[in-house]
Amino acid sequence: MDPTEPSELVLLIVKIGFLALLWGFVLVAVRAVRLDMFGPTKRQQRREPPPMARPTPPRTPPQPARKPQSPSKLVVTKGHLAGTTIPLGSSPVTIGRAQDSTLVLEDDFASGRHARLVPHDGQWFVEDLGSTNGTFLNRSKVTSPMPVPLGAPVRIGKTVLELHR
Amino acid sequence: MTRPPIPLPPLRRPRSADLTATFAGLPLPQGTDLPPYRRRELVLLVFAGVLATSALAALTFADIGELSLGIFSIGLGFFCLWALAHLAVRRFAPAADPVLLPVVVALNGLGLVMIYRLDLAKSQAAKQAGTHIPPSAAQVQLVWTLLAVIVFVLVLALVRDHRNLARYAYTAGLVGIVGLLLPIVPGIGTSINGARLWLRVGPFSFQPSEVSKIIILIFFAGYLENKRDVLSLASRSVLGVKLPRARDLGPVLMAWLASLGILVVQNDLGSSLLFFGMFMVVLYVATERASWFLIGFVLFMIGAVLAHSMFSHVQVRVDGWLHAFDGDNPSSTSYQLVQGLYGFAAGGMTGTGLGEGHPQKVPFANTDFIMASLGEELGLTGVMAILTMYALIVLRGMRAALGAKDPFGKLLATGLSFTLALQVFVQVGGVMRLIPLTGLTLPFVSYGGSSIVANAAIIALLLRVSDSARRAPEPASDAPLFDPGAVADSPTQVVKTT
Repeated sequence: MDPTEPSELVLLIVKIGFLALLWGFVLVAVRAVRLDMFGPTKRQQRREPPPMARPTPPRTPPQPARKPQSPSKLVVTKGHLAGTTIPLGSSPVTIGRAQDSTLVLEDDFASGRHARLVPHDGQWFVEDLGSTNGTFLNRSKVTSPMPVPLGAPVRIGKTVLELHR
Repeated sequence: MTRPPIPLPPLRRPRSADLTATFAGLPLPQGTDLPPYRRRELVLLVFAGVLATSALAALTFADIGELSLGIFSIGLGFFCLWALAHLAVRRFAPAADPVLLPVVVALNGLGLVMIYRLDLAKSQAAKQAGTHIPPSAAQVQLVWTLLAVIVFVLVLALVRDHRNLARYAYTAGLVGIVGLLLPIVPGIGTSINGARLWLRVGPFSFQPSEVSKIIILIFFAGYLENKRDVLSLASRSVLGVKLPRARDLGPVLMAWLASLGILVVQNDLGSSLLFFGMFMVVLYVATERASWFLIGFVLFMIGAVLAHSMFSHVQVRVDGWLHAFDGDNPSSTSYQLVQGLYGFAAGGMTGTGLGEGHPQKVPFANTDFIMASLGEELGLTGVMAILTMYALIVLRGMRAALGAKDPFGKLLATGLSFTLALQVFVQVGGVMRLIPLTGLTLPFVSYGGSSIVANAAIIALLLRVSDSARRAPEPASDAPLFDPGAVADSPTQVVKTT
């Protein structure tokens, strides 16, 4: 046998060692991903002191908290009907392209009977009526009736509605 | 504005997060406290360098039975090469993802070692046969890697904001198509192994479709960002699936015809599949309509059947795939595929060890079939690690897309990471006989200059999107976007600047 030829056992150790190193790299990379997604674990937090507090820019003083009041009007802020105001009473407001809606939209993206606003216990709820393109409250899709806070944008197609006092 | 008194310089050296901020060429938004991304990247990068060096060491040890200092200088050189890319990220994209670059470096290192290993086998065979020793492919690939690093740095330096790319969407579409068609021009275009994909200028050959795929993706993302509203309109519902309007089918049919065109003109199954898949995914992400996906799938099926019945080279590929082991299959073209499968089988769980197998028995072992070579010498364990690395790249790309604040960035990052995923799937699936062979390269690993340069550009763009996603300040609060009443009632005031 050639004396320079490495023995089988050494080659086996080299082989397993390299595969272990390969997976070691993968696991370290996965750990970096986890750190990014979930933040450091408690053990790592103990080891790494929290970063020094940086001077935070002076924030604008928080606006005095407004008393929750029930809205009195529905304002269209975007779309064909921007500027339109509808006074709110105690009856539901239907929105859509159908001519018998309270607010008739001329919007390709709106359905015939798109959504409605329903008052309940001094709060207004928005409910999607199975529209094709969906109703969005604060950028999230409305799947079940959701309470509409004052000033929160309700988007239907290209139209945006807000409740005002 | 008065500043607080300057404190005494701290005794400790500044933390690396602050170092990142000082090194960064672009100002970070005030008050943003970034995690030490670049330090993590550097640690991972050193690990990747160690991995590549030890692969080379294991190979040399198996080959000649001893180690020399030369291996470590080669490893150090390889590390320094990619450290340039790391410095560029520190300067131009300090908030970018820390995992992408090191994983790419590790894959590239493994690929280079494997290409070198196949060189060794070739030159040994040439010595025994007494013929001329073929030129080293690993050296050529190393030069291409250097070029890839340069392109990576250039993309990061030139594209300071990916949203600027959206402005050139239509220009990009035109340039991309011209780039695709260039190889047909007689004189500069050449066909290698039956596919007319290469440009040859002097001794260099280049595959423009690799770069075109990125440029066309920029066009797709820019175009669909504008048209998504119209394309997501639904007309009627059939069997519970909301179908889009018939007049909006134009762009999809165009993309379909274009990818069939690539197949006809250039005889290339892989690029054709890649382009159509890319378009469908960006379209699906832009419109959120599953019906587009169904339409795309139906079109793909029609295209596949058409291609199979019309083009003989597609028939050969499908035949070699379905009847690989029959021995008497009509075209008997599955030699390469079967040798690759035997390679995987010889590797088993842990492989034969680097330098101990016979991967050179597969034709084109260093380009299309490099996965079979890796599978033989590193075994299932190694192949799984490599596939996990690709999964990490795609995962981080999708993460960048999720974090991106603008629709163009979202579409671009999704498209780019999907392109990588599809390439790996089509390539590895072909080699493992899950789908017919298509002749794409394995990103960062395969021998091939245009592939590594284009994929480095993809990673640079992904890092750019991920950087801008983390850099952009969060929306201030959930206050009303616009309150006409408040504006109308409030007195005019001087705008305060802080």
